[in-house]
Amino acid sequence: MTPEEEEQFKKARRGRNIALALVLGALVVLFYAITIVKTGVVE
Amino acid sequence: MTATAAQTQTLPAEWRDFFALTKPRVMSLVVFTGLCGLLAAPGHIHPVIGFTAVLCIALGAGGAGALNMWWEADIDAMMKRTAKRPLPGGRLRRTDARDFGIVLSVASVLILGLAVHWLAASILAASILYYAVIYTIWLKPRTPQNIVIGGGAGAFPPLIGWVAVTGEITLMPVLLFAIIFMWTPPHFWALALFVKTDYAKAGIPMLPVVAGEVATRRQILAYALVLLPVSIAPYWIGGTGAIYAIAATALSLLFVALCIPVFTRRSAENDPMKPEKRLFGYSVLYLFALFAALVADRLILGQGAFA
Repeated sequence: MTPEEEEQFKKARRGRNIALALVLGALVVLFYAITIVKTGVVE
Repeated sequence: MTATAAQTQTLPAEWRDFFALTKPRVMSLVVFTGLCGLLAAPGHIHPVIGFTAVLCIALGAGGAGALNMWWEADIDAMMKRTAKRPLPGGRLRRTDARDFGIVLSVASVLILGLAVHWLAASILAASILYYAVIYTIWLKPRTPQNIVIGGGAGAFPPLIGWVAVTGEITLMPVLLFAIIFMWTPPHFWALALFVKTDYAKAGIPMLPVVAGEVATRRQILAYALVLLPVSIAPYWIGGTGAIYAIAATALSLLFVALCIPVFTRRSAENDPMKPEKRLFGYSVLYLFALFAALVADRLILGQGAFA
């Protein structure tokens, strides 16, 4: 592919990866919070 | 990993294209009605768990939406309204859309089952299957009653939200389901009246094309008349107080009133279709207002989810 296309491809992949990382991070936080609530550690 | 494709060149997919697959505008209605079901249900649910329930309803709806777009990519390419979607627009590979839909659907059901309980999760699973398989794959191309039956899919969220709190299916959440079920046909048929040609080109049997304009207009009014008592029924069974009763009566009467000009008129050449568009716009407002009234009634007059 042309250098231009390659650049576009890399940008898109980067964007997808960041979005996925944020989603996974949010799930980690969520599961942590659910665990605390369900095991009655704090509340 | 190379980006070569067997079909026409697909541009590299951005995260935004995947997000568009989930039908964000539909999701907002789903989230809202699901949240209202949760807030209006009698009983207690921890806010974190409640948040998770609504999130799972949203993810499930997103997954079902993605699967719908995956299946209908060819049809979407033929309609003005949908030609810019990610798949007909060539921005995504079909198999990626399918896998994305599957992952969202499975994950939403699993998380809901583990975090809340399996009854709510199984209803969510049923609703996803209902929309993606029964409606999209089986019924939509086959019968002009597709909207009626498919409307059932959009009616699940308040039921799921409610059941997430109470842990059981009772008449109230079923009534909420019935309200949206009755609301869906006039909502979509009003739309179909003013985008008739788009659906016809794509070969989808929508009522105005198959049964004609007059029959469609009649059915719109008929469903609105049925919606009136159904929307007030929650009050009659003692599930809500007067705030909801008054709001539902007023909103539903106005709905019927807006359906009457749609029923009596016939479209002309180059018709601007104003009453139909007005009805469609109002139908969206109607649903938001009705469910907001349900929650307001519960929080002010009754015992809500956080009581």
